[in-house]
Amino acid sequence: MPGLNWLAASILAGLAAAVASGEALTRSPAVDDAARGGEIYERCAACHSLDRNRTGPKHCGLLGRRAGSLPDFEYSPAMRASGIVWSEPTLDRFLAAPTAVVPGTYMGYAGIDDARERTDLIAYLKAANSSRALCP
Amino acid sequence: MSFFAFSDARLVMPDRRLFLGSAALLSGAAVALLAGRDALAAESRGATEANDTNILNTALGAEHEAVAAYQVAAESGLLEKPVLALATQFQGHHREHAELLAKTVAQLGGKPAAAKARYTFPTEKLKTQADVLRFAAQLEKGAVSAYLNAVPVFGSRDLAKAAASILGDEAMHWAVLRHAVGENPVPVAFVS
Repeated sequence: MPGLNWLAASILAGLAAAVASGEALTRSPAVDDAARGGEIYERCAACHSLDRNRTGPKHCGLLGRRAGSLPDFEYSPAMRASGIVWSEPTLDRFLAAPTAVVPGTYMGYAGIDDARERTDLIAYLKAANSSRALCP
Repeated sequence: MSFFAFSDARLVMPDRRLFLGSAALLSGAAVALLAGRDALAAESRGATEANDTNILNTALGAEHEAVAAYQVAAESGLLEKPVLALATQFQGHHREHAELLAKTVAQLGGKPAAAKARYTFPTEKLKTQADVLRFAAQLEKGAVSAYLNAVPVFGSRDLAKAAASILGDEAMHWAVLRHAVGENPVPVAFVS
């Protein structure tokens, strides 16, 4: 796969491990989206990880979580007060323009313009969140 | 040295610069100034500076972590001498970035983010020098994207320029680390 690097390979290995462990992750368009999304997720690696809080909050458990609600992470007041519950539509809107959707967020990131990239990234986050290998 | 040393200190007030530079790019503050609404302009400028401070502090938090990550790498015992020298040099760059960011946050009236007492890294996955270098490359790639996406959301064009300067440094780190593990150091024409 052109451009596949170490982290993406690790992500694919994680997804493969999830499949091998009997999780409902078979090769499908959704898994392909998630694999591409895994490569996009590398852009987040300066601040985010799936399984631990860093400069940004961890992403395991993200889907369905109220924004700004992790007890062991210091969010911006704006994020805590946003009232957002993370879902595919809310993530899509936020990822397109974080500082416009939540003015005052500490995530000073212009956003992901390409709708397909956002879809793939969200597919990856969904797959990771449903994987015991990536989000134990 | 300050972030603002990248340009004229008068340009600390980004919205005024926009006002003076291009009518087509008038910000909310500039529009307010134009209308003689000084209080509103000041409020808008304050919001811009608060936003810039937030961005700088987020970057500062990531730089603190990068310094800590290179420290873990240096102490891992996995790096050969020339690679260790390189890691130490890169750590020094991140330390310089952190110092500059902290100073600028303070100049803007903010409280610089402090380094955490303890960082957690996936050390259980770092068994070889190549593992360490790939991990560092992953962080540097993320940093490139982070700064790239910070540039357009700064209210101050001088801060954006300074962030771009750091971006260039992190991109060089990323390329060198890729090269060190035998990967194409510059695989694409654009970063994202």
